[in-house]
Amino acid sequence: MKDFIIPDRDFGTPAAKSKTMVTLTIDGFDITVPEGTSIMRAAAEIGITVPKLCATDSIDAFGSCRLCLVEIEGRAGTPASCTTPVAPGLKVHTQNAKLKQLRRGVMELYISDHPLDCLTCSANGDCELQDMAGAVGLRDVRYEAVETHFKAKNTSGEANPQYLPKDDSNPYFSYDPAKCIVCSRCVRACEEVQGTFALTIEGRGFDSRISFGAKTDTAITSDCVSCGACVQACPTATLQEKSIIEIGTPERSVITTCAYCGVGCSFKAEMRGDELVRMVPYKHGKANRGHSCVKGRFAYGYASHKDRILSPMIRDSINDPWKEVSWPEAMEFAANRMNGLIAKHGRHSVGVITSSRCTNEETFLVQKLTRAVFQNNNTDTCARVCHSPTGYGLGQTFGTSAGTQDFDSVEETDVVILIGANPTDGHPVFASRLKKRLRAGAKLIVVDPRRIDLVDSAHIKAAHHLQLTPGTNVAVVTAIAHTIVTEGLFDEEFIRTRCDWDEFQDYAAFVADPRHSPEATQLLTGVKAEELRAAARLFARGGNGAIYYGLGVTEHSQGSTTVIGIANLAMLTGNIGRRGVGVNPLRGQNNVQGSCDMGSFPHELPGYRHVKNDSVREVFESLWGVKIDNEPGLRIPNMLDAAVEGTFKGLYCQGEDILQSDPDTKHVAAGLAAMECVIVHDLFLNETANYAHVFFPGSSFLEKDGTFTNAERRINRVRKVMAPKQGYADWEVTQMFANAMGAGWAYTHPSQIMDEIAMLTPSFAGVNYERLEEMGSIQWPCNEQAPEGTPLMHIDGFVRGKGKFIVTEYVATDEKTGPRFPLLLTTGRILSQYNVGAQTRRTENVVWHDEDVLEIHPHDAEVRGVRDGQFVKLASRSGETSLKAKITDRVSPGVVYTTFHHPDTQANVITTDYSDWATNCPEYKVTAVQVSPSNGPTEWQEEYNAQAAHSRRVLAAE
Amino acid sequence: MTLQTAEILSRVDDILAAHDGLEGPLLPILHAIQESFGYVPQDALPVIAKSLNLSRAEVHGVMSFYHDFREDPAGRHVLKLCRAEACQSMGADRVAAHAQNKLGIEWHETTRDGQVTLEPIFCLGLCACAPAAMIDGKLVGRVDEARIDSILAGVSA
Repeated sequence: MKDFIIPDRDFGTPAAKSKTMVTLTIDGFDITVPEGTSIMRAAAEIGITVPKLCATDSIDAFGSCRLCLVEIEGRAGTPASCTTPVAPGLKVHTQNAKLKQLRRGVMELYISDHPLDCLTCSANGDCELQDMAGAVGLRDVRYEAVETHFKAKNTSGEANPQYLPKDDSNPYFSYDPAKCIVCSRCVRACEEVQGTFALTIEGRGFDSRISFGAKTDTAITSDCVSCGACVQACPTATLQEKSIIEIGTPERSVITTCAYCGVGCSFKAEMRGDELVRMVPYKHGKANRGHSCVKGRFAYGYASHKDRILSPMIRDSINDPWKEVSWPEAMEFAANRMNGLIAKHGRHSVGVITSSRCTNEETFLVQKLTRAVFQNNNTDTCARVCHSPTGYGLGQTFGTSAGTQDFDSVEETDVVILIGANPTDGHPVFASRLKKRLRAGAKLIVVDPRRIDLVDSAHIKAAHHLQLTPGTNVAVVTAIAHTIVTEGLFDEEFIRTRCDWDEFQDYAAFVADPRHSPEATQLLTGVKAEELRAAARLFARGGNGAIYYGLGVTEHSQGSTTVIGIANLAMLTGNIGRRGVGVNPLRGQNNVQGSCDMGSFPHELPGYRHVKNDSVREVFESLWGVKIDNEPGLRIPNMLDAAVEGTFKGLYCQGEDILQSDPDTKHVAAGLAAMECVIVHDLFLNETANYAHVFFPGSSFLEKDGTFTNAERRINRVRKVMAPKQGYADWEVTQMFANAMGAGWAYTHPSQIMDEIAMLTPSFAGVNYERLEEMGSIQWPCNEQAPEGTPLMHIDGFVRGKGKFIVTEYVATDEKTGPRFPLLLTTGRILSQYNVGAQTRRTENVVWHDEDVLEIHPHDAEVRGVRDGQFVKLASRSGETSLKAKITDRVSPGVVYTTFHHPDTQANVITTDYSDWATNCPEYKVTAVQVSPSNGPTEWQEEYNAQAAHSRRVLAAE
Repeated sequence: MTLQTAEILSRVDDILAAHDGLEGPLLPILHAIQESFGYVPQDALPVIAKSLNLSRAEVHGVMSFYHDFREDPAGRHVLKLCRAEACQSMGADRVAAHAQNKLGIEWHETTRDGQVTLEPIFCLGLCACAPAAMIDGKLVGRVDEARIDSILAGVSA
């Protein structure tokens, strides 16, 4: 780890986990460490840094550089301290005349094949080779560099065959072979930390070189996923961030939390002045443990993209161009319009949408705006369209609307069921941690209509892939339960002590019915009965069983039922309440968990307490001094329906692009067009803003203080590293707007908002900024019973008391294939792009994915005359769009797949308005479609683009 | 001349099938492929990687580590001359220069008629009879200019 500028101590080798302690003496000092610790690490623990090049504490010791030699009394030779484990009573010397001479000799050899251009080198001041030359007292080099790897030409001007030019193919980092010392850290980081195996050492001896992929590959054409682990591990300038090459070294760092997915990785934002130089994954981040993906590590350029809007804008009608105005003017305009609507149509005619991208504090203020200022419960959030069934399902069965484990738990898992999630693309850092565990022997069962990378990739092979037909999750989960119950594989003791036995009896009788057997359902689900039975047996009997799931579970008409079915499986097999097990929703966005916790739903006040509950309302009423409506408000789809009907008139939408991300685009557009005041608060003029009257420019996560809550209920701090480019953090904007409406709020820092949250919400009672500062992060519930927070839930008993088994009847979706629409479309995402792409499309990540494509099976393509790379028309009952086809057998015949990262594609024109029975979460994952060859964009796409261009006009400044 | 990709892949598939279930299969597979084709076609590597659940990079790393796995077909005959210390001390450099002159090629090259490929090798384990050489897998000891000539005469006949 290149960490000498902003030190974050490198102990050389990973920590040992043994409980047996060993005492030894190093340079005369006694030290006691766990068995299995390396001598290098033991020395580092007492502050003695043994010189090293090939060792770093994110990867296992390798012992190749021979710089970390030590002497051990009574043992022959000079062993490498990184690969030599401690033993009781050892007497180790890290520095004496012989070691000094040996180390200097080694360094001479290294330096003889290394350019001496330190002053102009991009790693100047941040190079371990440079540091080690200093540490060993290298003063001159006896070897003349005749054959080298770093000189492009020899003295007579002939090209040096050993010289390889710089590989700049990756947009974010460069590979300069001339600087390489072949320590193999990058290769090992790619294997051990990331698990992609994209790097290797090619050749041997003097010919050894780091190689991306095979012989003809470059960084970009190899399997490299640009996670940055190799760059992080490189001790020299060989693998270097291009931002460092361009800007120089940073001078300070601020620890903050990534604003992309629900993993919630901690990063060090390394700064020079107010310029962000690079984002480096933080070693002590408890979600990511020092790892990152291409989005968090590199794709932050959107925050300074030219498309960012920095001035508030207003307009009378959506047909007018935008007019840039001052903040006070925008506030006055917006408040007058909203007040006018309330006066004319009543307080229920307006509402808000909170964002899973914003902080807890900002979300809290937005829902407070509607509850305390508009005085209704018309608040909803983007979690509606992703994980609302998780909240419902887990709330019903276990008693809390959240996952049960922390991410560290995966290290003790033996069998993983992964259902409807694609972590290598959607949650890459968790995927790397899962892959590490799988390589150590854990088994994986994948339930997915598509052959995702985890089914079969380097060193990873799923034990079972249940390739089901989209929309049959419930049938598959129930068939797994059927197998477990009828074959007597359930954990009776767990069920008797922890769950309601009578409910279990009902449930067992239900699932044992032969109509739920894998044999009976295989025609429906497309999953072979034998395969499903084998998977069920493996899960029930394979040791610690954990279930991880994603939007492939929730975004269905029976999303909540599947979540309940998953909870049932965990209880059935006793896989709740300890490390290595549990039910783990992989949250889509950085703060989905938080936005749900903060009372963004129309029926719940913060902390998942129903608005009907008088005593809860009283707490809020007494603090806020207003009457809180006791009727649940409108959900997003209800708001849109009401808008079309003419009863819903005004919306404040923070950080969500409902026009692009919500299903049935035409309906969303009609709803928005019918409103009289749409306020969009966002970084960019997003698609929704095409229908807005007021635009409040937003601030990026780098520009504000706050907290995000990740998928493991971990509250992480977001820290301001630079001033908001448009003047105000988002919470300040919401406050200004509320005050313009007469609220009289006076928060001066988000910590005060958190204090209010803690005061009002029992599960957050112990959370405040001082504790977060001390502990780094806190997993809720954090209160008097759990002052340190709660890494694992339901340890001794379920939050609701007894675990509740609920019968999961499979009801086929109304969205059925037929002669007109014979294929099933399912949607997903890709590693390099994020959600609607508003951010990642504005970064170099487009190198990997610059348009959405439709994956189609060769059979389906052939009968339709569709060729690879050709435009096809994709039509459903709702609408049609066009995009390019990609022929692949990753999808089964009868199933097509696409992503929805690009607005041009308009995948949601296709999706229908069917939704989850309990929560209205839209059924994105199943749409009956037809595919046919096409010449280009459809009429709708052209009309849409014309409208968008028309709507995005901004008046020139006068 | 290299073979067409389709033919390569089908023969590689057969070789992979023949090694199915073998423990530590990568080196035996690479040997079998070299045996079958006379070299290891680059096109074969991704197929091997996929079949063994490895990455392309790993297979490339292993193959490139062993000098005996060739990327391109060799000439009809392969002459290897030892370049290690014992042979050098007995005049291997002089013998090598003679062979290069005679064939008109450098190390790792093949004569234009496709008859002979010349390769350096580091120790054939025949130091007692240095300088040592190997022609088509057969060891030859105490090579000098004359013996090189006779070896080459034998193979180009």
